[in-house]
Amino acid sequence: MNLTLKIWRQKDSDAKGQMVDYKVTDISEHMSFLEMLDVLNEQLVNAGEEPVAFDHDCREGICGMCSLYINGEAHGPDRGITTCQLHMRMFNDGDTITIEPFRAAAFPVIKDLIVDRMAFERIQQAGGYISVNTSGNTQDANSLPISKHAADEAMDAAACIGCGACVATCKNSSAMLFVGAKVSQYALLPQGQVEAADRVKNMVAQMDLEGFGNCTNTGACEVECPKGISLDNIARMNRELMKANL
Amino acid sequence: MALDSKIPKGPIKDKWTIYKDKIDLVNPANKRNIDVIVVGTGLAGGSAAATLAELGYNVKAFAYQDSPRRAHSIAAQGGINAAKNYMGDGDSNYRLFYDTVKGGDYRSREANVHRLAEVSGNIIDQCVAQGVPFARDYGGLLDNRSFGGVLVSRTFYAKGQTGQQLLLGCYSAMNRQIARGKIEMFNRHEMLDVVKVDGKARGIIARDLITGEIERHSAHAVVIATGGYGNVYFLSTNAMGSNATAAWKIHKKGAYFANPCFTQIHPTCIPRSGDYQSKLTLMSESLRNDGRIWVPAKIEDAKAIQAGKLKPTEIAEENRDYYLERRYPAFGNLVPRDVASRAAKERCDAGFGVNATGEAVYLDFASAFERYGTEQAKIHGIKNPSKAEIIKLGQGIIEEKYGNLFQMYEKIIAENPYETPMMIYPATHYTMGGVWVDYNLMTTVEGLYCIGEANFSDHGANRLGASALMQGLADGYFVLPYTIGDYLADDIRTGKIPTDSKEFDEVEKEVKDRIEFFINNKGTKSVDHFHKRLGKVMWDKVGMSRNEKDLKAAMVEIKAIREEFWKDVMVPGSANEMNVELEKAGRVADFLELGELFAKDALNRNESCGGHFREESVELDGEQKGEAKRNDKDFAYVSAWEYKGEPADAVLHKEELEFNDIELKQRSYK
Repeated sequence: MNLTLKIWRQKDSDAKGQMVDYKVTDISEHMSFLEMLDVLNEQLVNAGEEPVAFDHDCREGICGMCSLYINGEAHGPDRGITTCQLHMRMFNDGDTITIEPFRAAAFPVIKDLIVDRMAFERIQQAGGYISVNTSGNTQDANSLPISKHAADEAMDAAACIGCGACVATCKNSSAMLFVGAKVSQYALLPQGQVEAADRVKNMVAQMDLEGFGNCTNTGACEVECPKGISLDNIARMNRELMKANL
Repeated sequence: MALDSKIPKGPIKDKWTIYKDKIDLVNPANKRNIDVIVVGTGLAGGSAAATLAELGYNVKAFAYQDSPRRAHSIAAQGGINAAKNYMGDGDSNYRLFYDTVKGGDYRSREANVHRLAEVSGNIIDQCVAQGVPFARDYGGLLDNRSFGGVLVSRTFYAKGQTGQQLLLGCYSAMNRQIARGKIEMFNRHEMLDVVKVDGKARGIIARDLITGEIERHSAHAVVIATGGYGNVYFLSTNAMGSNATAAWKIHKKGAYFANPCFTQIHPTCIPRSGDYQSKLTLMSESLRNDGRIWVPAKIEDAKAIQAGKLKPTEIAEENRDYYLERRYPAFGNLVPRDVASRAAKERCDAGFGVNATGEAVYLDFASAFERYGTEQAKIHGIKNPSKAEIIKLGQGIIEEKYGNLFQMYEKIIAENPYETPMMIYPATHYTMGGVWVDYNLMTTVEGLYCIGEANFSDHGANRLGASALMQGLADGYFVLPYTIGDYLADDIRTGKIPTDSKEFDEVEKEVKDRIEFFINNKGTKSVDHFHKRLGKVMWDKVGMSRNEKDLKAAMVEIKAIREEFWKDVMVPGSANEMNVELEKAGRVADFLELGELFAKDALNRNESCGGHFREESVELDGEQKGEAKRNDKDFAYVSAWEYKGEPADAVLHKEELEFNDIELKQRSYK
């Protein structure tokens, strides 16, 4: 395949960015999208130019590092995947592909296609944990039975990889799917219930402080989430918050 | 320097207890005056950072990613072992210890492995308390599954995302300490060297990967937890950024590097498809619980499949060779990773591979669909179910167990593994070699510790499934916090370590000079060009099968690539900004040295051991004919290499391994 790429280039967070056109040739349909970008970068380096900076690491859909807004969609035109799992078989010879960083005020651009997702870190630090002593002798794991249903549901919420696609795709740049998933995991389990009210209040307060928008139930986040995190988690977070404020 | 493993005296089952009773402790008020640097925040580093902070030390943690949650521990799929014996199938600390030593082909340190088995149960308790959503049975208790190389079910799991959930558990513990101010977190930072003062590790030089700024950080002790060096092969299952820099730099500053040639070749990876490939993807070994591995029995069928003229589903049962079940009836598809990997390579080398490149075997779930489906039909009271109904019910169970893996496979290969068997092939995965440490997890440099995959001690020549997560968390949560305290007890009056000393000046200058070199070199070839060439030499000559002639050739070739790299590498951009090519250049420069030491170590070890088949060392007759032959008389030692400039000049030190509790004998999985 031969492709035209329109890529956002921005030297650093202070610089003004712009779209730049590139051509790549002989792209195999079996390549992943990031391997296609590797080909472009090899081409640029060989020409003595700076390669396009983009975030990636595990390249097997689990670390949540890769981002990219491809043809107007977070993680591109396939469902239930991250960008590293997107393959070139989703595109056609001669296509023009637009590649931009995730766009949200709370995710400032660091360079080219790399954004700063530290806002997620600060939300987790505000309460996304159970206050158990990590150097102690905790009680035997089987002394606290948990129903299979609750454990499975907690696992489904905990599967969030923190990539930020939900924020990038939301017209309000809301982080409620991410925070909802975190709150839900702990709300569904008996551990950590004693601090549940503080947890949800603190995490939501931090989320607002970071400049994320509110949820207006459009559901775009759920559609683009690579891990199929359900909107139910947002409902559960709202319920937890209401309970905490009563 | 003579190697002192500092293994405590006494019977193996009491060593750790006696040791803990006797070590020095630091009182809580004094811990506030002590700083510890932890480099790497995966399972080992993350759990260590959280626990040391919990104890009261001031921790500075460093990660090259934007968040500890991205560490490659997150990609571990199958599970974590613990000798809880919840299943009542005869498990015990001793049995986990025994399986691990045997599975590692008797090249691990008994005392360390026993300690690992002892704390394994506590790890599960701790993780459950943190809210890790392990799989549960219908009675609400924890569920277990089985893994290769063992005869009990001791593996705890969270779907196919166990590593993710365990990492998020210790990451949440870290977040609590970051919020309390006990951990100072340095994201997007890379350690580029260690600083020693009076022979003790007292700090590091790190680069802020966003601004390019070179920073000095001091502490009373430094902990390296930066994972393995599998990316020396270029293609591996490691994350793209996984590198050897921290471990290699401390080696150059005096830490011995042990057993570099021990790397795990994992049997169940998605096969390579072309030269553009950037990495390989692992499929959890737990799939072997339910999948049967086979290739066509007839060479003409294999040829037809390779040419795309025949489908696996068209090959009748009697024309399939379930070679693991045939060769190893006692363990079947659940033989350890090294045995499964070598057997796959043997069949593919003989021409029976099942993809276009001839480097793949089938992992087939058809019989599991039927077995589970029949059971489900009974549970749901379905009378006379049709075959299609049974298959559908069975597929539901498999989806529940491994759904994410099946989805991942389909995305990469574009074939539905519910309808056609998966294709798998061995790939480089986990490195069992690493920085040499004593029983305290301290390297040969005082105050410099190394934990998790980055050290060498627990897995021998082969790592059993579900034991990597166990070692990472054992080291971080339960071992290092004790052993480091014993060392730091002498530092309560030291006070803050200044960073304006000549030692910091010197190391910072070395780091800056190297960066300036890369930026100013203006060569003609990219970093990846050299990395790929190194990887090809490593896979062809220092891979699963090795011989003296190739290993000698590999050492010469790697040196030549390295010399060319230093002349002709090109790094665009500048030093004072985010510069991904610059980061890669430093990492590949280190791999180019490590690769040569790796080959040198393999050359020295003239025995087949673990996944490393030495062509000169093979069983000639008897029940084990054709199997790998270990040589305990000459090689029951850890090879610990001392840096002397060029890797070829490294000096070998031997730590003789003592097996007092487990009899050294040939492994048999027949």
